[in-house]
Amino acid sequence: MDIHEYQAKALLRNAGIPVPPGEIAGTPAEAETIAKKLGGTVVVKAQVHAGGRGKAGGVKLAKTAAEARDHASRILGMEIKGLVVQSVLVTSAEEIATEAYLGVLVDRKGQAPIFMASPAGGIDIEEVARSTPAKLRKLRVDPRYGLLPHQAYWIADFLYDDPDQIEQGARIVERLWRVFIDAGASMVEINPLITTPSGEVKAIDAKISVDDNELFRHVEIADMRDTTSEPPAETLAREANLSYVKLDGTVGCCVNGAGLAMATMDLVSFYGGEPANFLDIGGSSNPDKVVTALEIITADASVKVILFNIFGGITRCDDVAKGIIEAMRRIDIKVPIVIRLTGTNEEAALEILKEAGCTAYTSMDDVVKKAVDLAGAA
Amino acid sequence: MAIFIDENTRLVVQGITGRDGSFHTTQMIEYGTQVVAGVTPGKAGRSFAGPKGEKVPIFNSMDAAVAATSANTSVVYVPPAFAAGAIMEAADTGITMIVAITEGVPVLDMARAHAFARDKGARVIGPNCPGLISPGKCKVGILPGQIVTQGPVGVISRSGTLTYEAVYHLTNAEIGQTTCVGIGGDPLIGTTFVDCLEAFASDPETKAVVMIGEIGGTDEQEAASYVKERVRLPVVGFIAGQTAPPGRRMGHAGAIISGSAGTAAEKMEAFEAAGIQVAKRPAEIAKLVAAALGR
Repeated sequence: MDIHEYQAKALLRNAGIPVPPGEIAGTPAEAETIAKKLGGTVVVKAQVHAGGRGKAGGVKLAKTAAEARDHASRILGMEIKGLVVQSVLVTSAEEIATEAYLGVLVDRKGQAPIFMASPAGGIDIEEVARSTPAKLRKLRVDPRYGLLPHQAYWIADFLYDDPDQIEQGARIVERLWRVFIDAGASMVEINPLITTPSGEVKAIDAKISVDDNELFRHVEIADMRDTTSEPPAETLAREANLSYVKLDGTVGCCVNGAGLAMATMDLVSFYGGEPANFLDIGGSSNPDKVVTALEIITADASVKVILFNIFGGITRCDDVAKGIIEAMRRIDIKVPIVIRLTGTNEEAALEILKEAGCTAYTSMDDVVKKAVDLAGAA
Repeated sequence: MAIFIDENTRLVVQGITGRDGSFHTTQMIEYGTQVVAGVTPGKAGRSFAGPKGEKVPIFNSMDAAVAATSANTSVVYVPPAFAAGAIMEAADTGITMIVAITEGVPVLDMARAHAFARDKGARVIGPNCPGLISPGKCKVGILPGQIVTQGPVGVISRSGTLTYEAVYHLTNAEIGQTTCVGIGGDPLIGTTFVDCLEAFASDPETKAVVMIGEIGGTDEQEAASYVKERVRLPVVGFIAGQTAPPGRRMGHAGAIISGSAGTAAEKMEAFEAAGIQVAKRPAEIAKLVAAALGR
């Protein structure tokens, strides 16, 4: 789960990392009030879960409170990468002497958190890693011991020459590690970490992604979720404990298992169709779950056909077939449904579906071809 | 032969009295797995009733279970918040094979648990995996026993039902399996494609290997290099998630394209460059394996 910049900055600030003052505004008038209170030049920053906010015109400098109001009125409601800006962060502008990058993420290969630091801040760190790897210092942190004091210093020493800035940097590195652990994060990033002309080290932009599996331990962070920044169907799916990702196609997919769900989407595309979604209904044959899944899929108006692809392993196909029929009885579905069931008790399942007047398939290829045909004809 | 588990496996079930633990314990016993003990804190002295009246003794701790039964393998069904602890508890007893089924274990918990298990010399499979099965010998986890059959193919997969799909086609084509290993859909897993390839390559009965990968991470790319340098067996591959959008998690915690890395296309290219035959559709997997085995 991603949290917004203003939320990430609050976590950094609470951990003692210097962050310029700022507040969140939902209207131009609020932005003006905050700018007035802060005094001096401010930055008005769109709060959306998308990169490239600056390029899209979602980050503007304002010398006066009136100017902050103007910027806010333009940025609020603006669309950045398909996401509508609902709020802006109004924060004091800082004079910048140098920009660095500092982040922690989980390294899959090393199976541990890894610090990444670069004196070349303000730009894409993947690009730094590719083109100028000498400007990137990496540190694998042993998850059993955590970050050690000399390691924090070693990173800061790479970023700065001035002894006082190294000292400030080392404290920020240690505190950022605390934020990473305390938030149950999968990624924390300060980009850029600036120095001011007077020599202070400060975080002027921050990004935090939290491990979804940690949210049960961090209620205060789970509460930071911004449901306005995702399609309503995804919110509904999460509340029902279903994995759902909306896509742009017309073939609604309902599959048991994440790998098979991806393979089903791929096969839809292989036969010339376009999947409308990823949806894993899991191992359950519970009609309630199937109903919710169908509600989620049909909430997407571009869906022209619904494709079930179920492999019955431990879950028996006949139970799943009963669940599907019960679900279809409970809700009114306007688009055709095609079903494929294979595995344990498939014969019984096919019989049940036939009696209910549904066409069922046992081959994944056949059912996907049929679904693509129906989507094309609709 | 088989890899990782066989007729000598003596299994202890961690979380045997839970809903999933008890259901799958029955299934495993029915398949013929020697389930010698269960662990649920606070329930020592009771026993778990198997499908034919077998009595599996329950212990409070792994330490007591292993001491009393000489178990050599454990399977973990405990809830996410306690799963990493259960893995470390198992590793601490000297057990060398730990299969973690639990989905939703915090990543930083697993970073610690993997490091701990490595130090103790234990192999962890998973977490967030369906387990593994050596047809006719032993099953540990949740894989459906009825879809597999004994034969010459080793199967390695990050997925559950997609593996069943592939294995089902193999079995229908009368191509059996030595062992099917579900390595798990999490970002940090204990046993990788490379670990399984290494084991299959030294198993005299395995004549071909199927690798089923998906988007996210670089495990498949490393497996491709390993196959190119070390593996003489024919290998057939499949990658799920060609149509997955970047930056979105596709069900599995580890199935996410980060930036431009971890796409299906790059994994398929890596496979092809290593001489691994890549199936374009799941149904093609069995056909390519049949051809590789000269059938």
